[in-house]
Amino acid sequence: MAQLFPRGSNAFARVSIVAVLVVVGTGLSILLNTNRLHYTTDVQVAKKQPVPFSHKHHVTGVGIDCRYCHTSVEESSFANIPPVETCMTCHSQIWTESPLLEPIRESYRMGNPIEWVRVHDLPDFVYFNHSIHVHKGIGCQTCHGQVDQMPLMWKVNTLNMEWCLECHRAPEKFVRPREEVFNMTWKPTDEQGHAVSQVALGAQLIKEYDINPSTDCSTCHR
Amino acid sequence: MSNRKLTTRAARPLLAAMVLCLMLGCEGTTDIERLRQEMYNQSRFEPLEKNTFFADQRASRPWIKGTVARGQLRTDAHLYTGMVNGKPAETFPFPITRKVIQRGRERYNIYCTPCHGYRGDGRGMVVRRGMKQPPSYHIERLQNETPGYFFDVMTNGFGAMYSYASRIKPRDRWAIAAYIRALQLSQNATLEDVPADVRERLENE
Repeated sequence: MAQLFPRGSNAFARVSIVAVLVVVGTGLSILLNTNRLHYTTDVQVAKKQPVPFSHKHHVTGVGIDCRYCHTSVEESSFANIPPVETCMTCHSQIWTESPLLEPIRESYRMGNPIEWVRVHDLPDFVYFNHSIHVHKGIGCQTCHGQVDQMPLMWKVNTLNMEWCLECHRAPEKFVRPREEVFNMTWKPTDEQGHAVSQVALGAQLIKEYDINPSTDCSTCHR
Repeated sequence: MSNRKLTTRAARPLLAAMVLCLMLGCEGTTDIERLRQEMYNQSRFEPLEKNTFFADQRASRPWIKGTVARGQLRTDAHLYTGMVNGKPAETFPFPITRKVIQRGRERYNIYCTPCHGYRGDGRGMVVRRGMKQPPSYHIERLQNETPGYFFDVMTNGFGAMYSYASRIKPRDRWAIAAYIRALQLSQNATLEDVPADVRERLENE
C-alpha cells in the first residue's frame, strides 16, 4: 500500500503541536486579561463632564484640601460629591461670567442637580467604606493617584478585586501615617524627615493602628 | 455524510447557548443583552444616584422641613446656635482642651484657609485670585468678639461668606472658634508669653 502522507507531513505534525499550544495559550490569556484592559476598566480614560472641573487647578493651584468638598470621607462610606453651594462659595464672586460655569449657576438658581459622570464606580455587590480606609492610614493618592495633577478626572487603578486584595493581603506596602492621608505628595519618612522603606514603616503602623484587613468574602460582599 | 449534518445541527443551539452565557453580565440595551443578570447595577441606590421616581431625580432625598432624624434633636441652643439669651455666647459650650484646639486647627486649615489664610490675616489663596478680602482676625473689633459670634458667622455666613453649617459640624465649628482665639493670641504674643523651656530655643532661631 502506498504512503498516505508525504514525508513533509512529519514537520507539519510537529509544528501543529506547538501551534495548538500557542493558540490555546493566547486564547486563555486574552480571556484572563480582558478585565484588566484599560479599554474595559476605563483606567486613564478622562471622562467628559458637564463642567470641566479641574482637580489640578483647585488642589495644586489654589491649595484646597480634599475635604473642603469631599466632606464626608472621614465618617462615611461615601466621600461626597459636593453640592453646587460649595462651588458657589467662591464662584458667586470669582469667574461669575464664565460660560463654562453656567451649568453650576443654573443649578444653584433652579435647584436641579448636576449630572456628573461617575469615574470611580464599584459594582453594587461591593460594599466599600471610605472612612475605615482613611482612619487606618490609606492615602487618597494610594487609590486615586495624583488627583492634584489631573485636569479632568480619570482612574489610575482598575478597582478590580485582585487590586483590592493586593493591599488587603499586604497592607504594609501601602499604609501611611494618618496625618498624611490627604497629602498628595507624601513619601515614607521617619520623624526627622529622612527617607525610610515603606515596608518597614508600614509594618510599624500596622501594629500602631491595629490594622488587620480581612480577606473574607463577607468583608466586602453582602 | 448524514451523520456530520446531524452534528452541525445539534451544535448550533449549543454554540448559541455558549455565546449567550458569555454575554450574561454584559451591559446593554438589546434583547439579548437584557438576558443578563443585573449584578453590577442592582435595584438599589448608591448615594446621590439618579432615581427617576422623584421629580428632581435624586435618590438621596433632601431633609423634609420640620422633621428630626433619630439622634439629631438639637435642644442645646448654646451648642447648636451659639446664642445664649438671644446674644452671641461669651463662653464655649464645652471645655476647650489641647485636643479640641488641635482639631480646630485641622478643620480651620481645611475650610477657612482658602480665604482667611493660615495666619488669619484674610489673605488666603482664593482672595489673591479675586475673592473679596475678609477682615483680619487681628483687628480690634474681632479680637473683642465672643466665641459665639464666630460660631454664628460659620453657621449662618456673613457678607460674602456662605454658611458652612452643612460642611462643618457644630462641635467642629466651636473647635475652629477656639483655634481662631489661639491665632489671635499668637499674632499678638510677646516673648514673655512663651514657656521658659522653649523660650531659649526660640531665641536661638
